[in-house]
Amino acid sequence: MRHSNHGPVLTRMLGDTGSLIFVVVLIALTVAVPLCNVYLPEASALHVTDYTVALIGKYLTYALLAVAIDLIWGYCGILSLGHTAFFGLGGYAMGMYLMRQIGDRGVYGNPVLPDFMVFLDWEHLPWYWHGMDIFPFAMAMVVLVPGLLALVFGGLAFRSRVTGVYFAIITQAMTYALMLAFFRNEMGFGGNNGLTDFKDILGYELSADGTRNALFVASGVGLLLGFLIARFIVTSRLGRVLEAIRDAESRTRFTGYRVAYYKLWIFTVSAMLAGVAGALYVPQVGIINPSEFSPIASIEAVVWVAVGGRGTLYGAALGAGAVNFAKTWLTGAYPEIWPYALGILFVAVTLFLPKGIVGLVSQLRRRMRRKEPS
Amino acid sequence: MRTCTPRGTTAAAVLALLAVLALAPCALAQNNGQNEGQNTDSNASEATPATSESPAPANDATVESGRDAQASDEPGDTAEAQAGADGESEPGADTGEDEDSTEYAATIAELADASYPEKRDILNRLVANPNAHTAELLTAFADNRLVVRESDQTIFVAAEERDETYVLRDPITFEAAGKAATRDFEPVRTNVGLRGSIESGQARLRLQADDAETRLAAVETMTEKLDDTAADALRAHRPEESDDAVREAIDRALAINDLNTGDNAAKLAAVERLSGDFNQMVYNRLNNILLLIPEDTEDRDQAQLRAAVAAEVERIDWWRGVYDQLETLFFGLSLGSILVLAGIGLAITFGVMGVINMAHGELIMLGAYTAFVMQQLLPGHVGLALVLAVPAAFVVSGLVGILIERSIVQWLYGRPLETLLATFGVSLFLQQLVRTVFTPLNRSVSAPEWMSGQLHFNDMFALTENRLVIVAFSLAVFAALILVMNRTSLGLKVRAVSQNRDMARAMGIRTQRLDALTFGLGSGIAGIAGVALSQLTNVGPNLGQAYIIDSFMVVVFGGVSNLWGTLVGGLSLGVLTKFLEPHTGTVLAKILMLIFLILFIQQRPRGLFPQKGRAAEGS
Repeated sequence: MRHSNHGPVLTRMLGDTGSLIFVVVLIALTVAVPLCNVYLPEASALHVTDYTVALIGKYLTYALLAVAIDLIWGYCGILSLGHTAFFGLGGYAMGMYLMRQIGDRGVYGNPVLPDFMVFLDWEHLPWYWHGMDIFPFAMAMVVLVPGLLALVFGGLAFRSRVTGVYFAIITQAMTYALMLAFFRNEMGFGGNNGLTDFKDILGYELSADGTRNALFVASGVGLLLGFLIARFIVTSRLGRVLEAIRDAESRTRFTGYRVAYYKLWIFTVSAMLAGVAGALYVPQVGIINPSEFSPIASIEAVVWVAVGGRGTLYGAALGAGAVNFAKTWLTGAYPEIWPYALGILFVAVTLFLPKGIVGLVSQLRRRMRRKEPS
Repeated sequence: MRTCTPRGTTAAAVLALLAVLALAPCALAQNNGQNEGQNTDSNASEATPATSESPAPANDATVESGRDAQASDEPGDTAEAQAGADGESEPGADTGEDEDSTEYAATIAELADASYPEKRDILNRLVANPNAHTAELLTAFADNRLVVRESDQTIFVAAEERDETYVLRDPITFEAAGKAATRDFEPVRTNVGLRGSIESGQARLRLQADDAETRLAAVETMTEKLDDTAADALRAHRPEESDDAVREAIDRALAINDLNTGDNAAKLAAVERLSGDFNQMVYNRLNNILLLIPEDTEDRDQAQLRAAVAAEVERIDWWRGVYDQLETLFFGLSLGSILVLAGIGLAITFGVMGVINMAHGELIMLGAYTAFVMQQLLPGHVGLALVLAVPAAFVVSGLVGILIERSIVQWLYGRPLETLLATFGVSLFLQQLVRTVFTPLNRSVSAPEWMSGQLHFNDMFALTENRLVIVAFSLAVFAALILVMNRTSLGLKVRAVSQNRDMARAMGIRTQRLDALTFGLGSGIAGIAGVALSQLTNVGPNLGQAYIIDSFMVVVFGGVSNLWGTLVGGLSLGVLTKFLEPHTGTVLAKILMLIFLILFIQQRPRGLFPQKGRAAEGS
C-alpha cells in the first residue's frame, strides 16, 4: 500500500502529541502495575492490590473495545449499537477454550463435556465446541467469529446503503437477538449462567498472582497493538477515504470510491478488535454470560467513546477508563445514583461536550494560548 | 360481564372448585382451618352458632383460651363429655323431621364398619336424602376427617387436629363435640374409587343449588365421574331444570352415559345426538371408543358404530384446526395491536419529525404507571380509574415529552446519532426515577370486570375480553390519530413541517412550537399505549425497554413517516410472530423475527411503504 504520508510509519502514527502521550502512559502502566503488585510490600502506598490489578486489566479491555468503536464511529461515521455482540462473541470463544481446559475437574467430572451439558443430559459435544480446547484454534475463533459476523451483517447492510440511525437500530436488534439466543439452553453456551468456573489457561492457574499479572500485561499489550493498528489505519490513505465517507458519503461515492467496501472492511476490522477485547476480558473477570450482549451494554460502550472524545482513538480509551472508574466508584458508594449519573452523562456529553474530554482539554489549551500573548 | 363457560376439563375443575366455594362456605372454613390451624375456631363457631362457645370471638387468642377453659371446665374425661353432647344433639336437631334424621343418623353409623362397596351405597343413600350439613360431611369424608371412636364405634367429624388431639364435631348437626386424643380414633378409610363417588355425590348435592352456574358446574363434574347413580340423578333432575345451558349439559351427560353403557343402537343414537358438540369430554369419550373398537372389527354393528364415531371425531378435529388457526390469528392481531399502539407514537416522533427518541419506551412505562396511580387514587373504581387513566397518561407522557423536546432534543436537530444517545440517557434517568419513586418491584394494575371475562363462541373457541378491548382500543387510537393528522390544522402543519421545514416556516408556521407539540403528541400516545399494556403485563421499571426495539422495528418495517405503514407493519409482525411461535417457541420466534426484519431492512431500507417524491430524498 502506498501512503500519502511519507516518512517512517512510526513517526506518522505517533506524530500526534496525544497519541504519543497515550502510548507512553500505556506502556508505563502495563509495566508498572504488575511490578507494584509483585515487588512492593503491601504496606507501601504505591502497592497495587490484586483486586486493582484485575480491575485495571478489565478497564484496559474496555478501552480496546472503545478504540474499536471509535475506529468506525469517529473515523467513518458508522454508529454501531451492537458492538458488544462482537465483544461477547470473542469472550465466548475464549470462554469455550477455558471451559474445555477444566477437563474432569468439573462438578460432574466428565472429561469432555462441560458441567452444564452434563446437567442438560447431553451425550456429545456440539460440533462447534470441537477444537476449542486447542489454544491457537480458539484464538483464531476469537478473531474470526466476530469478523465473519461483521462481514456478513455489514455486507448486507452497507450494500443496501443502510446508514446512520437505521444501521444503529438494526445493530441493536442484532445484539438483542444474539442475547435472546444465548439465553437459550439449547444453544449450548450455558444459557442463563453462561460459562464460568474456569480453572486455568495454557496450564497456568487463573487465580495465581503470576497469571493475573500476565493477563494484565496481555491486556495492556493488546490495547497497545489495537491502538497502533487503528492509528495505522486512520493515518494511512485508507483513513483519509474513511474520513471522507464520514463527512460526505454520497460525494465520496460519486468520486469513484466503493463506499460499501471501505465501510465493510473497517467494520470487520473493528469487530475483530472488539472480539480480542472480549477474549482478554473473560479470563480476568472469570465469567461470560448473555448479559454481555444486552443492547444497553453496547450503548454504554458508545458513551465511553463520546465522553472521551470521538475521532481521536486515545480519547475513546480515556473515556472507557474514566466512565468505568466512575461506575465502579459510584456503584460501590451510591448504587442508586449511578443510573442517574449515567443518564445525565449521556445528555451532558452530547449537549455540552460534543468532542468529549479530549475536546475540552484542547479547548482549554487554546484559550490559555490566546491569553498568553496579551 | 362475565360469560365464562368452561372449556375442557381443567376449566370444569376450576368451576367445580368455585361451586364448592359458593355452596359450602362452612365446609371450606373447616377445610381452611385444618390447614391453617389457628383460625378454625372462630370460623367453625360462626358456621354453627349453636355451639356452647360465644359466637365469633374477637380474636384467636380468646378463642384459644376459651376453648381451653371449656375443656378444663368439663369434669371427668372428655369422652364422657362428648357422649353427653351426642345424646343432646341427636334427637333435638330437627323436631319436625324426627324420623328422617334418625334414619340419617343410622345411615351414618353404618359407615363405621362398612366395606368400600357398602360405603358407596351409604354415601348414595345420604346424598339421596340429605340434611343441611351433608355437603360438609362429604367434604370431611373426602379429606379423611371422618373418624370412628374405637371404644364405641361412634362416628365423628374431626374438625381439626392439633397436638395429637382432635377437635370433634357431630356428623349430623355439626355441633361441637369436644376434644379427644387422636389415638382413640380410626379414620373412615377411602380409596380412589370412593373419592370419585364422594365427589360425584357432592356434585349431586349441588344440583339442587339455586345458582344456575353452580348447577352447570355440578353437571360437568358428574359427567366426568359418570356412573349409573349419577346418570339416574341427572335423568331425575332433567325435567325440573329451568336453565337451558344446564339442560344441554345434562343431555350431553346422558348421551355420554349411553355411549358408556348403552347397547349398540343406543350408542349410535348417542353419537348422532352428540354430533356438533365440541365439548372436550365428548371428544375424549369418542376417541376412547375409537381405541376400544379395533379398526378391522368383524362385528358389523361395531364397525358401523366405529365409522360413525370416526366421522364425528374427524369433524371435530377439522373444526378444532380451524378454531386454532382463528385463535392464533386473534392472538397475532392482539400482539400486533400492542405493537401498533407502541409504534404509532414513535411513527410521529421518528417518522414525521425524524427524531430518534430512545426514551419512547419509558414514556410508555410512564403511561402504565399513570394507570397504576389512578387506580390507587380511586380505590374501588377499577374501571373508572382505567378510563380516566387514558387522558391522564396522555397528559403525563405528553408533558414529559415536551419537556424532553424543549430541554434536549431541540438542540440536536439534524444530528440523529447524538439525539439517540441523549434520549437514551433520558430513558436511563426515567427508569431510575421510577425505581426510586415506585420501588423496583412490579406493580399490577387490576382489570375491570368488563375486561376480565371471555367472549365465548363455543366449547372450542373463546376470546379473552381484555385482548378484544385492546385491539379495539388501539384501532380507535389509530383512527383518532389519522383524523388529527389529516383533518386538523395541527396535523396539516405537522405534515407541512415534515415535508419542507424552511418553506413551512416561510409560510408563517412557528416550527419550534410545532416541534414541541408534535413531540408531545407522539409521547402522549406512548402514554396511552402504556395504559393498554398495563392490562396485559405487570408494570415495572423495565416495561419500556421490552418494547423499544419492537416498536422501532414496526416503524422501520412499515415505512417511516407513514402511519398506515405502522398499522400494517405492526399487525402483520404480530400475526407472523404468533404463527411462528407454535413451531419454534417464543424466544426463537422473536429471534427469527429480528433476523427477518434485519434482512428486510437490507432489502427495502425504507420499509413496506416508503415515502416517495422529493421529500424522501432529503432525509
